[in-house]
Amino acid sequence: MTPANRSAYWRANLRLVGACLVIWFACSYGFGILLVEQLNRIRVGGFQLGFWFAQQGSIYIFVLLIFFYAWRMNKIDQKFDVHED
Amino acid sequence: MELKALTYLVVGASFALYIGIAIWSRAHSTSDFYIAGKGVSPVANGMATAADWMSAASFISMAGLIAFLGYDGSVYLMGWTGGYVLLALFLAPYLRKFGKFTVPEFIAERYYSKTARIVAVICLIFISFTYVAGQMRGVGIVFSRFLEVDVTIGLIIGMGVVFIYAVLGGMKGITYTQVAQYCVLIFAYTVPAIFIAIQITGNAIPQLAFGSEITGSGVSLLDKLDDIVTSLGFDQYTSGTKSRIDVFCITLALMAGTAGLPHVIVRFFTVPKVRDARTSAGYALLFIAILYTTAPAVGAMARYNLINTMQPGEIGAVDGNLLYADRPAWFDTWQQTGLVQFEDKNGDGRIQYYNDANAEFAETAKAYGWQGNELSVDRDIMVLANPEIAGLPTWVIALVAAGGIAAALSTAAGLLLVISAAVSHDLIKGIFLPDISEKKELLAGRIAAAFAIMVAGYLGFDPPGWVAQVVAFAFGLAAASLFPVILLGIFFKRANKQGAIAGMLTGLFFTYGYIEYFKGLFLKWAGSPWGENVTEHWLFGISPEGIGVVGMVLNFFVIVAVSYMTPAPPERIQHLVEDIRVPRSL
Repeated sequence: MTPANRSAYWRANLRLVGACLVIWFACSYGFGILLVEQLNRIRVGGFQLGFWFAQQGSIYIFVLLIFFYAWRMNKIDQKFDVHED
Repeated sequence: MELKALTYLVVGASFALYIGIAIWSRAHSTSDFYIAGKGVSPVANGMATAADWMSAASFISMAGLIAFLGYDGSVYLMGWTGGYVLLALFLAPYLRKFGKFTVPEFIAERYYSKTARIVAVICLIFISFTYVAGQMRGVGIVFSRFLEVDVTIGLIIGMGVVFIYAVLGGMKGITYTQVAQYCVLIFAYTVPAIFIAIQITGNAIPQLAFGSEITGSGVSLLDKLDDIVTSLGFDQYTSGTKSRIDVFCITLALMAGTAGLPHVIVRFFTVPKVRDARTSAGYALLFIAILYTTAPAVGAMARYNLINTMQPGEIGAVDGNLLYADRPAWFDTWQQTGLVQFEDKNGDGRIQYYNDANAEFAETAKAYGWQGNELSVDRDIMVLANPEIAGLPTWVIALVAAGGIAAALSTAAGLLLVISAAVSHDLIKGIFLPDISEKKELLAGRIAAAFAIMVAGYLGFDPPGWVAQVVAFAFGLAAASLFPVILLGIFFKRANKQGAIAGMLTGLFFTYGYIEYFKGLFLKWAGSPWGENVTEHWLFGISPEGIGVVGMVLNFFVIVAVSYMTPAPPERIQHLVEDIRVPRSL
C-alpha cells in the first residue's frame, strides 16, 4: 500500500466519522437538550417531540448510526483493498 | 406458591445455569482467560457486552431515577447509550487490530513506557472499584428484599457466586454466562413492563404505551402525569430542573466514560476480526436499547401507579387520600426494609404524598389540611416494587429478582476480571516478573480476582450514594483518565509518553478530587471532613456527576501541550499507529 493510498483511506474514514458525529450530536445534544423547549411545542401522538428525542428517539438513532457506520466502513475497506480476507 | 419460595426457585435455577456454563467453558489458556481465545461471534459478543454493561444501575436504579426526575433522567438514557457510538467510531476497530489483552497493555505499547502502563493500571483500579462498589449495593438491596436475609449475608452469597465463575471461568466462561444473563435480565425487565403497559393504556408495547392515552380517559399518559404531579406541587414531568450546562456535562461524561471503561473496551478484543468489532458495537447497543427504551416508559408508569395508589380520589378532598389501614401488602414488606417510610403527620390516618419543599404549594397544602409529606420512597426500589404496586402475579416478581441479580453479578464479574488482568498481566507479567510461566500468570490472575472480590464486598457495605450515582462517578473517572489517552493514541500520531502520563494523572486527580470533595467517595470511612455537597460551590455549576467532562478537556489539553513541548515518539511507534489504522495486516 502506497503512502498516498494510505492517507486517502484515512481521510475517507475521517470524513465518515465526522458525518456520523454530526448526526450523533444533533439527535442527542441538539434535539434532546439544547432545542428541547422549542421542539416540545410540536406534538407527536402523546409525546412532546423534544422529550421524545431525549428519552426515545436519540437511542434509536444511535443504533442505526453504528450499523450505518459499520456498513459504510466495510465498503471503504473494500474500495481501498485493505479488508480482511 | 408463596413469593419467597418461588423467588428461591427462580433465582436458584438461574444460578445453576450460570455456574453450569462457567464449568462447561472453563478457561485453559491465558488467551481463553482474558479474551476468550478471540473466537466469539459478534452477536454473542454483543449480547455479552450488553449484559456486562447493564448493571444494577441500569436494571434496578435507572427507571426509578427517571420516575422521580422526569426529563432530567434523560441524561442517563442518552449518556449510557450514546457512548457506544464513540466506541464504534473511535476505539473498537483499532484496539481489535492492535490485538492485545488489556487496556494498560495498549497504553504501554503505544506510549512505549512502563510508567504509562502503571499509571493506566492506577486509573483502571480507581474506575473499576468505584463501579463495583455501586454494584454491590444493588446486590444487597435485591437480597434484603426477596430472600429476606440480612444484607451482609446477601452480599456474602453474591461474592461467592461471582468468585466461582469469574475466577474459574475467566473471560471465556464469563462471555457465555453473560449471554445467558442477558436473556434472563431482558426477559425479567420487559415482561412486567408489558403487563403494566396493557393495564394502563391497553397498548402492549411499552415504548408506544409511553405516548398513548390512558384507557378510557382520552388523556395521554404523559399529559396526565404532568397534570397530577404539578397539582401535588412536584416539578413538571416532561421538563427539567437541572441547569442546561449540567445536563450537557453529565450526558457527555457518561458517553465518554462508556468509551473509556476498561471492562467494556476489552470486549472488543474478543471478536475474530476488525469488521466484527464494528458490528459488535452495533449489536451491543441494539440489545442495550431494548432495555433503555423500555426504562423511561417503566419510570413514567411507575410514577403514575405510585401516585394513583396513594391518591385514589380527588386531590384536596378529605377522602381523596389512601387510608393507611387500607394499604396494600407490598407497602408493609418494603416498610420492613426501611426503604419505604410513612409518618402520619396530620393524624388523619391517611397517606398524603406531595412535595412539601415547594414554597408556592405550601398554602394550597395547608388549605387541604396537610401538614407535610408523609411518605418517602427510596428511588432504588421502584423497579423491584413496580410489579407489586401494579398487582402482577408472583412469578413475575420472582423473575424480576432473578433479573436484578443477573444484572448486578454479570457486571461485577466483568469488572473483577479486568482488575485481575490488570494485576496479573500488566503489573506482574508486564513489569515485575516478565519470565513468569503461563500457568503461574493464570494463578496470579485468580488470586487477584479473589482479593478484588473481598475489597468490592467491603466497599458494598457502605457505598457513598445510591446505585446509579456511584456508577456515574466511575464513568466520570473513565472519561477523564483513559478515554483521551486511548483516543489520541490512535488519532494523534504526535502524542508521546510524557503527554500521556501527564494527561492521565491530571484528569484522574482533578476528577477524583472534585468528587471526593463534594461527595466523599473513598475517604468517608476515615472521617474525612469533605462530602458536604454545597451546590453553590460547584465549578461552573457542574455537579460531581458531570465534572468528568472538565477533567477530560484538561486531559486532552495537557496531552497535546506536553507532547509538543517534548520530543516526538520514535519512528516505530509512528509505524505502529499507521498499522492499527488499517484493518488488514500489511
